[in-house]
Amino acid sequence: MLSAESIAKIDRELAKYPANQRRSAVMSSLAIVQDEHGWLSKESISDVAAYLGIPDIAVLEVASFYNMYELKPTGKYKLTVCTNISCMLRDAHGIVEHLEHRLGIHCGETTADGKFTLKEGECMGACGSAPLLLVNNKDMREFLTNEKVDEMLEGLK
Amino acid sequence: MPTIEIDDKVIEVKAGSTIIEAADSMGIPIPRFCYHKKLSVAANCRMCLVQVEKMGKPLPACATPVTDGMKVFTRSQFAVKAQKSVMEFLLINHPLDCPICDQGGECELQDIAVGYGASGSRYTEEKRVVLNKNIGPLISTDMTRCIQCTRCVRFLKEVGGMMELGMVGRGEHAEITAYVDKSVDSELSGNIIDLCPVGALTSKPFRYSARTWELIRRHSIAPHDGLGSPIEMHVKGNTVMRVLPREDEAINECWISDRDRYSYEALNSADRLTTPMIKDNGVWVETDWQSALEFAATRLNDIARNNPQDIGVLVSPNSTMEEAYLAKKLAQGLGCGNVDHRLRQSDFRLDSKHIGTVWMGCNISDVQSMERVLVIGSNLRNEHPLLTHRLRKAVKAGAELSLLNPIDDDPLMPVAHKTICAPDAMVNALAQILKAMSVMPRYAGHLSPAVSNLIDKVKVQSGPQSSAQAIAESLSGSSASVDLVAPRAAVLLGNIAVHHPRYAEIYSLGEAIAELCGASFGVLSEAANSVGADFAQVLPNADAMNARTMLESPRKGYLLVNVEPELDCHNAHLAAKAMAEAECVVALTVFKSEALRDADVLLPIAPFSETSGTFMNMEGRVQTFSAAVKPLGECRPAWKVLRVLGNVLNIPGFDFDSSEQVSREIFGGEDPSQLASNRLNNHLYDSGVRDAARVNDETPNILQRIGEISLYQADALVRRAAPLQKTKYAVPLAAYMHHAQLAQLGFQAGGAVTVSQGNGSVSLMAQIDDHVPIGCIRIAAALKETAALGDMFGPLEIKAVEIKAA
Ligand code: SF4
Ligand code: FES
Repeated sequence: MLSAESIAKIDRELAKYPANQRRSAVMSSLAIVQDEHGWLSKESISDVAAYLGIPDIAVLEVASFYNMYELKPTGKYKLTVCTNISCMLRDAHGIVEHLEHRLGIHCGETTADGKFTLKEGECMGACGSAPLLLVNNKDMREFLTNEKVDEMLEGLK
Repeated sequence: MPTIEIDDKVIEVKAGSTIIEAADSMGIPIPRFCYHKKLSVAANCRMCLVQVEKMGKPLPACATPVTDGMKVFTRSQFAVKAQKSVMEFLLINHPLDCPICDQGGECELQDIAVGYGASGSRYTEEKRVVLNKNIGPLISTDMTRCIQCTRCVRFLKEVGGMMELGMVGRGEHAEITAYVDKSVDSELSGNIIDLCPVGALTSKPFRYSARTWELIRRHSIAPHDGLGSPIEMHVKGNTVMRVLPREDEAINECWISDRDRYSYEALNSADRLTTPMIKDNGVWVETDWQSALEFAATRLNDIARNNPQDIGVLVSPNSTMEEAYLAKKLAQGLGCGNVDHRLRQSDFRLDSKHIGTVWMGCNISDVQSMERVLVIGSNLRNEHPLLTHRLRKAVKAGAELSLLNPIDDDPLMPVAHKTICAPDAMVNALAQILKAMSVMPRYAGHLSPAVSNLIDKVKVQSGPQSSAQAIAESLSGSSASVDLVAPRAAVLLGNIAVHHPRYAEIYSLGEAIAELCGASFGVLSEAANSVGADFAQVLPNADAMNARTMLESPRKGYLLVNVEPELDCHNAHLAAKAMAEAECVVALTVFKSEALRDADVLLPIAPFSETSGTFMNMEGRVQTFSAAVKPLGECRPAWKVLRVLGNVLNIPGFDFDSSEQVSREIFGGEDPSQLASNRLNNHLYDSGVRDAARVNDETPNILQRIGEISLYQADALVRRAAPLQKTKYAVPLAAYMHHAQLAQLGFQAGGAVTVSQGNGSVSLMAQIDDHVPIGCIRIAAALKETAALGDMFGPLEIKAVEIKAA
């Protein structure tokens, strides 16, 4: 079931498109639902599909195509480190290693306490601030160093 | 029109066409995987790369529109290099399992790899593996073989009307799948097997049973709905191993429904009757043809000598024209006029009113170019799975579809207007449409006084329940989106309309509406040869009994041609009772059947695959086919059985040596198509039934049954096709009703109820189906479980089963 708040937000998105083009709002709807639950369960995907009036599989296609949609539960904080070319040249892999060491997990895993999930990400279009990572898709941390990472981890309680 | 040059050949092509279309029309081969002429262009396989002059890179022929003066090279070094590279990429992840792959020998990937690929592979890394999916009982998957052309995805979305497969993941991880654990339930699903260019999707029932090069291809015609799709039966030894479509743009394009594709599974079922049988003191004993025929002839003759009208002859509308015609001729030879093939019809009041043979009123291919369509009484996907696709095409092109139905099942296309009402209210709903139309200024005064008077008191209701006004406006051309002065319009009646207890009014009003707005009018005929049997006059003589009265006043003897009475007739209870009470029932049948328990002699006849014959489809097309295999066991083609029966009975005019001779007699030696076009006519003498009182009827407040025939129960053959019975499309039997109805009756969903009609009753489970209008209970017919019930449409009683305390 979509929550009333999610539905209100989705309706706002739907208003941007012609009434017979509800599928246009699929990406924003998925983002809204993910913000609420932290990830996209099969039920959430079906709910979005039903609300937009499009087939489930069409929504799953979108949800499985883009990296930022999570099809499995994540930790409270999802850290996505960009490892594409610009970040890589600025030692993103060092940042990844440091995070893996600090959190005791590999990329794609979640800490036992359910607090952190570590992911490798693709270019986030902010190469000028490399290396960088995203916290929960929205909060960007730039010009990373190991110290900055430690500081950040302290801050995420 | 632009002129282009492909491989030095010059051609003028339609503006907007693509290079691949131009090349195809010239017969220049361009390899392709994702492109299919009937599907949207995806351009994702890149196999069709060609060189275009002045272009720095190769272009996909399937997605590049032609421009004037374009020069294309399909076999230049540049093009060949591109094709070879794409081939190499496509093969990287494709397994080398051709020896155990059903597609081997008819595989586009194999063929194109041989034609355009390199002879060896440079790839030494690991290949990817994709887990298999179970997408239902008809299609077997091997997804590691998939090359992601998305033909299957596009087919189900664009032709099937529902996106049941999709490509999830991205890049290396992309795979084709149905949603979570869903199966592919489309009634046209089998076509994705033909479309799949590799062995990722193959036929489950056919799997591992033969190699394509061992199969002999024999042409035939699908024997189920009125479309009459041309099919190809693939035969090994004397067994039909599978069925594939043949291409005919005018009928099936290049598709067939799953019913046409998989019903062959019944041809070799254990139910096949292979020797004649006679009932001796209540016990079935096998016998030889001679004795069986003599037995049948003597018994029929005994009855006929007394009074020939004591015999009733029922012929399946899926029988060939020859079979039906000979049954009629035999009856006439005995002096009996009680012959009918309209087994599920219940209202015969128009019998003397038809000017000609009823047909669909236009060509099958016209349907897709209609701009306004009103379909009356049809669960479209259920009754006419493939024809529905033509409607879908029309709607996609902007047509407005209106429906008048007693059930609100989704035809998987947008419906502009609909009236969903109880069967009994359909006549009034139609009268409202006519009324609304007749008062439009452009049609004022067009109706004959008789019809005007008839609908004089009809009130056009407004409100959410009634779309009469909107439907009338739509048909006449005005609409919210596009106003047309003279739209191409059609009014079409479906099976539910034909089976309806007030078919006469529905037909007459439908015809009047069509005539008023200039729409084409017709009936989507139910069975493979409904039109053909009508055409061959396999109908009761003027004063004789029809399919219903023959059962209402039971006859002493029956001759059944391919009929399972309680499953094929409108009123199962009446049919079973009539058979039980008859002195003698002679059944020509393909199968042993519980429904023939009261027969006295069973004569094993050949199904369509084992006999030659002719079907006339809903558009009046005459299609002749020959036997694909030899008759099983002692089975004989029904036309031969009837001929010999005629001989034994000493009826003159039964000296046919071939089915062609029979059909020549039917058509009087004239050209069948010419004759058909002379005789097909949907008009009525003096405008049919004008029963004023009943047009104004308010809906009576009694519960009615909606006894629809489900897709895979329509005839004896498909009922025995095991894989089809396992599909999700075969909905479990229950008493389905609107949730408000359920609450009003005080039932629980899933609770046991007793349903009675007349003297018969059955126990069913009550279930919710909000597609059923209030006042109706939807209980499928043509099932042995509901054979105790009566009319497919009619009043019923329903009560909860009391659970007695122990
Ligand atoms: S399963 Fe077959 S038709 Fe579907 S995408 Fe794969 S290769 Fe194409
Ligand atoms: S056929 Fe042209 S890209 Fe696939």
